[in-house]
Amino acid sequence: MSVNAPEIAPSAGRLRAAALADLGGLRDRHGVHFRPSMRRRILAIGIPLVLIALAIFAMVVLNFSLVRILNGLHRLGQFAILMMPPEPQGRFVAFSIALGETLGIAFLGTLVAAVLAFPVAFLAAKNVIPNIFAHFAVRRAFDVIRSVDTLIWALMWINVVGLGPFAGVLAIACSDFGSFGKLFSEAIEATDGKAVEGVTASGGSKLHQVRFGLLPQVLPVIASQVLYFFESNTRSATIIGIVGAGGVGAYLTELIRVLELQQVAFLILMILVTVAIIDFISSKLRLAIIGKAKIV
Amino acid sequence: MATAIPVLPAGQAKALDDAYQAAVSARRLRTLMVLGIIVVLILISANLAHVRPLTLFGNIGNFGSFIGKTIPVLTFGNFFADMREWYWNFPKWLGLLGQTILIAYLGTFMGAIVAFCLCFLASANLAQSRWTRIVARRFLEFCRTVPDIVFALIFVIAFGLGPMAGVFALSIHTVGALGKLFAEVVENIDMKPVEGMSAAGANWFQTIRFAVLPQVLPGFASYSLLRFEINVRGAGVMGFVGAGGIGQEFLVAIRNFYYTDVSAILLMIIATVILIDLGTEQVRHRLIGIGEHR
Repeated sequence: MSVNAPEIAPSAGRLRAAALADLGGLRDRHGVHFRPSMRRRILAIGIPLVLIALAIFAMVVLNFSLVRILNGLHRLGQFAILMMPPEPQGRFVAFSIALGETLGIAFLGTLVAAVLAFPVAFLAAKNVIPNIFAHFAVRRAFDVIRSVDTLIWALMWINVVGLGPFAGVLAIACSDFGSFGKLFSEAIEATDGKAVEGVTASGGSKLHQVRFGLLPQVLPVIASQVLYFFESNTRSATIIGIVGAGGVGAYLTELIRVLELQQVAFLILMILVTVAIIDFISSKLRLAIIGKAKIV
Repeated sequence: MATAIPVLPAGQAKALDDAYQAAVSARRLRTLMVLGIIVVLILISANLAHVRPLTLFGNIGNFGSFIGKTIPVLTFGNFFADMREWYWNFPKWLGLLGQTILIAYLGTFMGAIVAFCLCFLASANLAQSRWTRIVARRFLEFCRTVPDIVFALIFVIAFGLGPMAGVFALSIHTVGALGKLFAEVVENIDMKPVEGMSAAGANWFQTIRFAVLPQVLPGFASYSLLRFEINVRGAGVMGFVGAGGIGQEFLVAIRNFYYTDVSAILLMIIATVILIDLGTEQVRHRLIGIGEHR
């Protein structure tokens, strides 16, 4: 039989037919492969059983009730009808300004976090600071900062600078400081040590090593991570207004509370479009940055 | 060791120097332009976001005193009584923390099941038709772009206050996020077992079960655990909109200036998140290890 590419599909069909016709024979001849292994079977049944049992336990503890679910679904259906057609009802300008505010919060928050985390990340990198206690302490500090949610940071900053978008900027800056610190220090550790050795060999100081040996390697990585976080912060900044820290979230909470669902639907659509545009621009930029890094 | 570095003739050195200066100045110009654009964007967004550095500098002391006030009085002589006073509501907070973890678990579990069913439809190599793939992909995109807390706001009104709204909100977001990652795992599989199964007479479901699942399960489990970590953080703030968990208690404490309660609850949240991160990290490393041995 010839093995030209176009003939593969029909031959597979023929093989399949032959295999199906001879199924009993196959079973007899290759019994071992048809029989299941005991240990795997126990795992395959046991793990899902444990997971499902835990889920049922959770449902009981969290007061799940079929009646409430059905009622809720019914009400969601009504909401969906009330949302149609999405309409700004004369508040398009106000929504746009709030969205602009949201983008401003995301941009500034990301930038402040990156600028602050950049120098500190060097302290957490093994290849820059060989002292194990220093980078262990800095890393744990990053972990603690990271594990506090943006909304919690926002609540704390509101106590300091008052309600408004500025608290949102500081909240995003704080929670991203932890994430950036971790990511940047990992990027620094992943660099090739040869460039630093080269700078040392030609008489460079410690500062020269970082500037000419490390920076050119890490900057593209860092820039693309910052852009990626800007994308995700656009989403976080839309909700930060829920606790009163500026942006479009304040409208969202208020309109949902008073069931102005047509405006809610319109606002959500605006958010989706904005996020899609930001995603598009920043993924283009990221590809450009990474592409350049490969050529240079 | 004495080494003499030969000096280039002046003409040759000048040509090299000029070429170097030209290259560097082109790069400098580009860097300056990028910096200029960033500065303009900073000014625009600072204006939009009402940034008031003076307020910050004026009130930065408040942050210090805020943190200071949240630190409880702990004395060596009376350590246990002080601890008891700081964590005066410990059993209730612990219960709420448990509720938070259960919300995160159930949200991840339900979301992962739906994502599991949808990812085969959304993957480029196994989808039955182009249209199911496009519809599935758009649906997943919608689920992950709307923030989970927005779903929670709507669900709190539909299902009533309580953890149920939080669970559903988290699970919808999880469907979107995990569905995309799962589909990428499925797209990266080795197609030879699939061809083998189809040649041995298997239908679509049998192919998935015996040729695809063994390859993708470690990846699926690892991503689900990662999502569980993220959802624990998410469930911690669900209470801000009344969707269950410890968030409600935290909001009350911070709004009413119960300072030591704020630090007590915050420390419990941080400890839980870090413990769960460490635990899932262990399991994930083992899972990926198993995946590599196969």
